[in-house]
Amino acid sequence: MDNIIEVSDVTFEYTDNDNVSTVLKNLSLSVERGSFTVILGHNGSGKSTLAKLMSGLLKPDSGTVTVDGITTADEQNEIEVHRRVGMVFQNPDNQIVATIVEEDVAFGPENLGLPPNVIRERVDSALKTVDMYDYRLHAPHKLSGGQKQRVAIAGIIAMEPECIVFDEPTSMLDPKGRREVMDTIYRLNKEKNITIVLITHYMEEVEKADRVVVMDSGEILLDGKPSDVFSQVEKIKEIGLDVPQTTELLYLLKQNGYELPDGVIATGDCVSELLALLRRENCGNTEC
Amino acid sequence: MIKDITFGQYFPAKSIIHRLDPRIKLVLSLMFIIFIFVAQNAVSLAFIGTLTLLFVLISRVPVSLFLKNIKAILFVIILTSVLNALYVTTGNVLLEFWIIKITADGVKRALFMSARIIILIISSSLLTYTTTPTELTDAIERLLKPLRFIGLGEAVHVMAMMITIALRFIPTLIEETDKIMSAQKARGADLESGTLFERIKALIPILVPLLISSVRRAYDLAEAMECRCYNGGSGRQRMKQLKLAGRDYLSLAVLVVCMSAIIAFNIIF
Repeated sequence: MDNIIEVSDVTFEYTDNDNVSTVLKNLSLSVERGSFTVILGHNGSGKSTLAKLMSGLLKPDSGTVTVDGITTADEQNEIEVHRRVGMVFQNPDNQIVATIVEEDVAFGPENLGLPPNVIRERVDSALKTVDMYDYRLHAPHKLSGGQKQRVAIAGIIAMEPECIVFDEPTSMLDPKGRREVMDTIYRLNKEKNITIVLITHYMEEVEKADRVVVMDSGEILLDGKPSDVFSQVEKIKEIGLDVPQTTELLYLLKQNGYELPDGVIATGDCVSELLALLRRENCGNTEC
Repeated sequence: MIKDITFGQYFPAKSIIHRLDPRIKLVLSLMFIIFIFVAQNAVSLAFIGTLTLLFVLISRVPVSLFLKNIKAILFVIILTSVLNALYVTTGNVLLEFWIIKITADGVKRALFMSARIIILIISSSLLTYTTTPTELTDAIERLLKPLRFIGLGEAVHVMAMMITIALRFIPTLIEETDKIMSAQKARGADLESGTLFERIKALIPILVPLLISSVRRAYDLAEAMECRCYNGGSGRQRMKQLKLAGRDYLSLAVLVVCMSAIIAFNIIF
């Protein structure tokens, strides 16, 4: 298996006035190249810290994090790590540096010292990828939240990273902006083959993932395919997280004695399971 | 609305002056301003005034905008005129009472100084009306690049970066101030009445949250910039390379001719 990010046996602590609080405890996780991983967990579960460790912004207190075989703990590797793993943050306003959209997207490639014509090509193609090319000469503060977040994403993909870590990218957006950003993220994974690590607390965003990791108080609670993870509804509810509405519906019906499978997430799958159930029930009652 | 405040005073229009290379525009403006003070007699000053008027017309920026700027410093113009008129006491006496003596030379001097100030204001607003703040910052950074030979390269880059980020965040912070003001008003804060001291005090609940959120934004932005491989000015390349075009050389030539004319007028008249 080819892993782009390897987190092995990592412990991370914050020290605040002699109070040491352990955020991550002996955590190990590897992210496969080209995959789409979702990390779930509520506030304080350590998921944002994990994201910053994976993108090299934070260094582990013990254990190692490697990106494409490079150790993030070494200061000298910093640029090499950042150009491989990009990161998109929660607040789109606080990631945009320049006063014109295309100049902001150019910021990363400019820092890499690429030739001007290469920068131009990358900026144009990145803006087209996120569907913001028509806005290239606009001022960022006049864009909507979803548009700003897409500009921020373009700024990262212009550096052509292998992996992008998204830290709750949709939590400050309205439903429309959220959909725009999620569509962009799926496209990056499917069409550009960029490895995606998405940190979120929106259950609907899990649907298309290859893998779901559920975190609780600095440890990995569940890890597997979305359908496997969401088969364990009780365990997820125990730590105060919700499951997707479709999973919840089928779970409740099953509790009431209906024969239904676990871990159904997609709306279409849910509908066909319910139709099949109705058909079965009808056959039981009347002759068919 | 507080949101309507514009920073800088760029006026978008399509003119050759708008399209000039910002570096050239900055250098030409500085030269032009120096020559306003080189002009020593009425003829050369009239000439430089005519030139300014011509440039204003070419720029397609509405004349009313320039008048607004002149109005803003009208007081300074009047004060300088009065002081000059009182100070110069040679020539024909036009008016004399108590210790005040107004002479023809004094009036001439006052008019001359006023004209100078007005031309100065018009020509410098011409630069800011036709150049975006971003272009200006960029021009300053590139013009000061040779300072790297005396070890100031990084300082120049950092200054330019700071100005760019400030320009980027002004609208964001104005929006935020607006939100905080609404939130405090909803909690019953009274921002509009009371003595001056009370009103200044009423600003504290607005400034404190604004300051805290700015610090948080700065922290976020620093992380985002780090993620985008920002490592200061060294090794950084720019996407937009400024290149001098024909019109830039032409404008430089025109200005040199005009400057020579002013020197000639100074000597002849």
